[in-house]
Formats: sequence, structure tokens, C-alpha cells
Amino acid sequence: MSVTYIDAIREAQATLLRDDPRVFLYGQDIATFGGAFKATKGLADEFPGRVFDSPLSEDAMLGLAVGAAIEGMRPIIEMQFADFSSIAFNQIVNQAATHFYRTGMPIPLTVRLPSGGTAGSGPFHSQSMEGIYAQYPGLVVLTPASVSDAYHMLIDGVALEDPVIFCEHKFLYRWLKAKSINGDHLPIGQARIVRTGKHATVVAYSAMVHEAVRAAERLHEDGWEIEVVDLRSIKPLDIDTVLASVARTGRLLAVGEAFPWGGVTAEVVSRVTEEGFHLLDAPPQRLNSRDTPVPYHPKLWAAHRPTPESICEALRKLLSF
Amino acid sequence: MLKARILENKLSSLYKAGKIVGGVYLGRGQEAVSATLGTALVQGRDFFAPLIRDQAGRTAFGEPLIDCTRTYLGSALGPMRGRDGNIHRGRPELGMPAMISHLGAQVPVVAGMLFARRLRGDLDGRVGATCIGDGASSTGAFHEGLNLAAVEKLPLVLIIANNQFAYSTPNHRQFACTDLVEKARGYGIGGFSVDGTDLLACASVIPEAVRRAREGGGPQLVVAHMLRLSGHGEHDDGSYVPETVRRGHLGRDCIEVAMRQLVENGIAGVDEILAWQDQFAEEVQKAVAQAQQEAPPDPYQEDWTALATRFPLPHCNSNAQPACP
Repeated sequence: MSVTYIDAIREAQATLLRDDPRVFLYGQDIATFGGAFKATKGLADEFPGRVFDSPLSEDAMLGLAVGAAIEGMRPIIEMQFADFSSIAFNQIVNQAATHFYRTGMPIPLTVRLPSGGTAGSGPFHSQSMEGIYAQYPGLVVLTPASVSDAYHMLIDGVALEDPVIFCEHKFLYRWLKAKSINGDHLPIGQARIVRTGKHATVVAYSAMVHEAVRAAERLHEDGWEIEVVDLRSIKPLDIDTVLASVARTGRLLAVGEAFPWGGVTAEVVSRVTEEGFHLLDAPPQRLNSRDTPVPYHPKLWAAHRPTPESICEALRKLLSF
Repeated sequence: MLKARILENKLSSLYKAGKIVGGVYLGRGQEAVSATLGTALVQGRDFFAPLIRDQAGRTAFGEPLIDCTRTYLGSALGPMRGRDGNIHRGRPELGMPAMISHLGAQVPVVAGMLFARRLRGDLDGRVGATCIGDGASSTGAFHEGLNLAAVEKLPLVLIIANNQFAYSTPNHRQFACTDLVEKARGYGIGGFSVDGTDLLACASVIPEAVRRAREGGGPQLVVAHMLRLSGHGEHDDGSYVPETVRRGHLGRDCIEVAMRQLVENGIAGVDEILAWQDQFAEEVQKAVAQAQQEAPPDPYQEDWTALATRFPLPHCNSNAQPACP
């Protein structure tokens, strides 16, 4: 029997509801309907009075979560799509994220963001917003890439005292399967080396980890050994693991699905350049989506985001220096 | 309300003397509404999310003057420890969250506080109240928050202090209905309209709204009408307010009206009111003097972290326990 990435997210929420009376779920269509992606399927029946349908009000959903956290609860808010969290942006970055610094009272809430592109989803159901939230002080930003991480990082994230932006990739929901939700259980804030190599390091997160591994498999046929680092957590960012990898390989490619201006890949490249310039044998490279809204048509979409082909191409360029 | 007026007059002087950085925002003209609300709430049970012009409500709710002077004067001992200033202060652990500048944003927060208490089975006759101005009634946060509170039938009291101007923007550029209380019907909640310059009217209407919310009547909207008797902040002379409005009914000073009402109704004598003034002036003076003596925050002592979690976290034990941190 196998467990999918979305099964893991549902199971994590069931575990949290079972183990922690402070946890409740609030979001659009998540109660009887079980959520647009069925991440909360059956939970309203299993945990009566703990799973609530919200009005279509992203700002108020997050405001409610902040108030509930002030009064000792641990709300988990489901955004129907990460893209819609722009409506809740004010409550997230100004209310939740500043609260501990300003008042000394932590705000332990978790916002689940179904993130990233899938074929046909178009400009408003495909966005990757991790870099935007990571820019703001006071937030923890998580981007699980494995079934085990989807489970453990959600549970560990809810246990943190801080507001957590939990970016779960929609493409991985049903595509990614594992034998069980167990796996090496690393703490939040620690990156994982998912494939070892000596010629170049690819730093990726979320769905791009899998694209990077495919690219590494292809280059392996040509004799290249590519190391792949899964950041797991965007903020805090485990730059030590990245630097240690770059020390072994001398070459860095940072891959992300978000828009190219700034963001996670720029942060990784800039920190490695700043702290590990002497480790680099070649100019560090970045690969992101294109600088347009995410297109609707599958052919355009596939060419908008990094793919194994474009990652291979970027790696070949990196290895040519 | 009198104590708040005296305190705010002092804050204005300190600002003009260059002793307060940032800005000073007064509730002058809105004390009757704010104090009446603060008096109708019980600290320790109810929630109160004050806004920019709620010094009177804060004081009535139980906020000590020293919290105000420490925050304005930047003492490290204040509730915000110099990390935030002026009216952006609160004590969320005492049911008084600290406002952010984005208007309407406190409406769903108070709803969430009430929602949490209901989930915990501990709502127990509590109400939550917050205030906004006429300007904030145009925000999405106001609409989303009030609608959510209505859907959840939460005991929320929302006061709109319609002081005729949002900064410099007059009512007719802000909304197109006759009275903002008309919105209550659309949300399916209780609605009250009151003359905010009239203490006795406020003292009759606002506690009634609080009572209805407390007794399970769901959210209550109170629209109070008055004129802001200061600029938006003390940097603003409010010269955009037409003289006719200043001289009109809404331009009445609620404190003068209140004093007259107290005397005429035999509630307090003139001597008594004068004695209050002296006593409050002394309290204000003490709170200012104390905050002025206190050390400002020291950048070298700050930990400069916005997170409560201290990373890196210790390593987890294999798969034994999922809840690692």
C-alpha cells in the first residue's frame, strides 16, 4: 500500500487534531466537502466541531487565526490556492508576522498554501509564493518535497510558536507516493542531500527537487555526478548544508519554480557567493520560471517552469566553465 | 474621558516640544463614545481592540497611563519596548490586542479571539469590541471581518466613529449611503446610530449594544456621529474642515457637553469636576515624568529576531515521535 503526498497532509492534520485540543482547521469548503483537493476529507466527521467552512474571505480567515492564536489556539488555515493568499497578505505579513516582535506574544498559526503549477491551471491557480513570504521577518516558510516531509513538517510546523507558511505542491499531491509516511525525520530548518555527487550541486525545493533528480539521472549517463540538495525549509535557510555541498563540488545551480526576480534562488546564490566565494570554481547559476504570469496552455506551461531538460542544459553550461 | 483629554493635551505639547518622535494621534471629540464603550466592557473577561482615537476607551478599560506615556516616549519598559510606538500598543494577554495601521484589520482578530473562546467552551458571556472610523468602513477587511463575525454569530461590538473626515477625505467621498448604520441590515446584524457628542446618549446606546451581544444577539454595529476636534495627527492642522461644520452640532466638544450634563442632572458638581481635573493632571504629570526618566531601548541589547523559535532545532529521533520540536 502506498501513501500519497496529500494523504500525508491529511494524516498530519488528523494526528494534530487527535493529539492537540488547541488545533482547529478553518478554510473554504474544507468541512463536509473535504477541501478543493480533499486534504481534509472526512476530518469534519472524525473531529466534530474542529473543522470549519469559512466564508470566502481570505483576509478575515487569517485575522480570525491571529485572534484565535492570541487566545491560545493553534489554527491551521487552508488557502484554497496559494495564489489567493494575496488577499490575506496584510494579515499574514503585518499582523501575524510582526506580533511576536512587537508584543512578545507568539502567534502559532499555520497557513497551508497549495502551491505551484499543474498543467492547465493558469495564472491564478499556479503561483509559488514562498519567496514573497520569506522576505518578511517573523514567518517560517516550509516547502516539503517528500511524502514523509509533508507529514512530519506539517506536524512539526504546527508545534512551532511562530506563524508558519506551509507551501505544499499541488503537482505532488497525487503524483508523489511512498511506501509509508516514515522517513528520515529531520528538524525544520535543516536541508537534506537527496542525491550525492561531486561535479556540481543543485539546490532545489518542493517539486523542483524531483525535476533536479531527473536531470541528475540523465547527466549520470554522461558520467557526471550531480549532488541534489532539498532545502525543505526556505526560512530558516540551511545555508551550511549548501555551503558544505558546494565545498565538495565547486559548482552551484539553484532551481526554483517561482518567478525569477529575486526570491529563493537569488538568496541562495547570493549567500553562497558571500560566504563561500572561495569554494566556487564557476559562476553560480539560477534557474527559475519565466518572467511572465504562469500560462494556461500545457505546452506553454511546460516551457515556463524549469524542467529536467532545462535543468540539464543549465548544468551542462555550469560544468563547461 | 476627562483623564484621556488631559493626557492627550499633554502628549500634544510634548510632540510640539519635540519630545515625541513619529506622531501623536488624538481622540479629541470622540471621548464620549470611546469611554462609554470602555466602561461597558470588563477587563479580564471582555476583549477590546482600540484604534487610533481610543485613549478614553483604553483608560476606561483599565490601561494604565504609564503604558501610554512609555510607548509614546520610547521607554524600554513599555508594553512595546520601543519596538512600536504611539497608539500601536496593546496587551494581548489582557484581552487588548495591539492595533496595526491597516484599517479594519482588527475586526477579524477580535472575531478570532471570540471564536477561540467559544471553541474552548469558555465564551462565558464575553464580548469583543473594536472601533474604526468612517474611512475604515470602505476597506475589504471591515467587510470580510464583519461578515465573518455575522456568519459565526459572534458577540462582537463594532463601533464606527464617523468623525466626518478620514484624514482629509470627507464622508461624501467615502460612502454613498445616508448613515453607515444602514450597512448593519446588509450583514444581518444589530445596528445603532448615536450622537457621539452626547455622553448621555452614548451611555444609553453603547451599553445596550454590548448587552445585546453579550446575551447572544450576535454582532452589533454602532455608528456614532461627531467631528474630530483635531487634525488626523498633531502634524495636521485640519484646515480642510469647513468652518460651518466646526460650528455645527457635530462640532460640539463632547467633554463640555458632558460636564454640562453632569451638572444639570445633578450627577456631579462643578467643584467635583474641577477636583477631578486637578487629580487627573497630577496623574498624567507623574506618568510622563516617570516615562521620561526611563532608559530607551538599547540596540546592543536587542536580540534582533522576530521569531519565538530559536533555530537551529535539535535533531529528531528517527521516526519515533512525529512532534519533534
